[in-house]
Amino acid sequence: MNADANDRLSRRGFLAISAATLGGVMLAPGIRLIEIAAARAPEQAVSRRVRWGLLIDTNICTPGCDDCVKACATENGIKDTGRPRTDPQWIRKLELNDRRSGRTHSVPVMCQHCEHPPCVDVCPTGASFKRADGIVLVDKHICIGCRYCMMACPYKARSIVFEDVTDQNPDVPRGKGTAEGCTLCVHRVDRDRQPACVEACAKAGHNAMIFGDLNDPQSEIAQRVAKYASTQIRADLRLNPGVRYQGL
Amino acid sequence: MKRNGIGALAGHIARAIWPLALLLPILAFASGRVPKPVIDIDKPGKCVEDTATMRREHPDMLRHQRDLTVHEGIRTRQHSLKECVSCHASTKTGSVLGEKGFCQSCHDYASVKLDCFSCHASKPKGAAGAKP
Ligand code: SF4
Ligand code: SF4
Repeated sequence: MNADANDRLSRRGFLAISAATLGGVMLAPGIRLIEIAAARAPEQAVSRRVRWGLLIDTNICTPGCDDCVKACATENGIKDTGRPRTDPQWIRKLELNDRRSGRTHSVPVMCQHCEHPPCVDVCPTGASFKRADGIVLVDKHICIGCRYCMMACPYKARSIVFEDVTDQNPDVPRGKGTAEGCTLCVHRVDRDRQPACVEACAKAGHNAMIFGDLNDPQSEIAQRVAKYASTQIRADLRLNPGVRYQGL
Repeated sequence: MKRNGIGALAGHIARAIWPLALLLPILAFASGRVPKPVIDIDKPGKCVEDTATMRREHPDMLRHQRDLTVHEGIRTRQHSLKECVSCHASTKTGSVLGEKGFCQSCHDYASVKLDCFSCHASKPKGAAGAKP
């Protein structure tokens, strides 16, 4: 408890200093830490103090809606080749049915950005890695396409690219023979924007997903996680995913 | 004695022709006998470093930058491949690839495999048309 408080204090101190050096941003009372974290300069490395996460409210998420899936495909250049068995899949909608109660859930599932990711443990090359801020990625320059990570991931979150890719989004390089999965739209996050799925869900008026820094007690996601019951899928594996679900 | 004589003669000849040997490629290059890459350069002028440095060191710069970007989230623009592409894409094809494309023309000439663009976009964002 004490250690926690200390950590938080030193974090505030650190952020205040970094904010000051970044162009004289005042740490006024009431200013949200996320706004300071947002002030990370382009030449500043990501920080361990941040833990990006998603909170998905399955009470709101509507069956049949795939706005997030479409937005993901558009943003990351995933095209439907008409061969769904081999097409990469970064995010998918699952419909869950409780036979006894008849209650149905609809949940988007993507890479859960585990704190202890098995995909990283098994990777023979070091291509699968976790960034300091908790985002799990594949460094495609290093990936040899062995697909161990696909086998190791309990969430089936990784895909291999089977076919040549053309017309990539310049921010999202993708190519044949490398493993890939949800990046939490890292190219957007680094520029202070929300992941495409979260943005699309909000734009359509559903607001079933929120994105933010789980380590920042002031952020909406941390406050919701602290206040309401939320679960991680397969929490028994103790991988501590950064993606959490409400109402499951 | 005889051996020495031949040796000395050879030495004389060598001394006489070595400046010529040095000059030959230059003469040949200047006279256009050696084919040079045909590159469409739409924006001549200074890159982020001078031309000689860029020619020699751009692979190292890109490799250094890629590690910073992928692993540390550092997205400075100076040595980023995305910026190379947006500045050097041809106005005709919209791309750095293609026969006279900024990247491909030189890499073809030097016979150096160019595999950046099997993953990276060869056109700036929003550019129309298919990848050549
Ligand atoms: S969900 Fe799968 S791919 Fe994502 S971090 Fe966990 S093990 Fe790795
Ligand atoms: S496919 Fe690539 S990222 Fe996955 S385990 Fe093999 S080398 Fe690592």
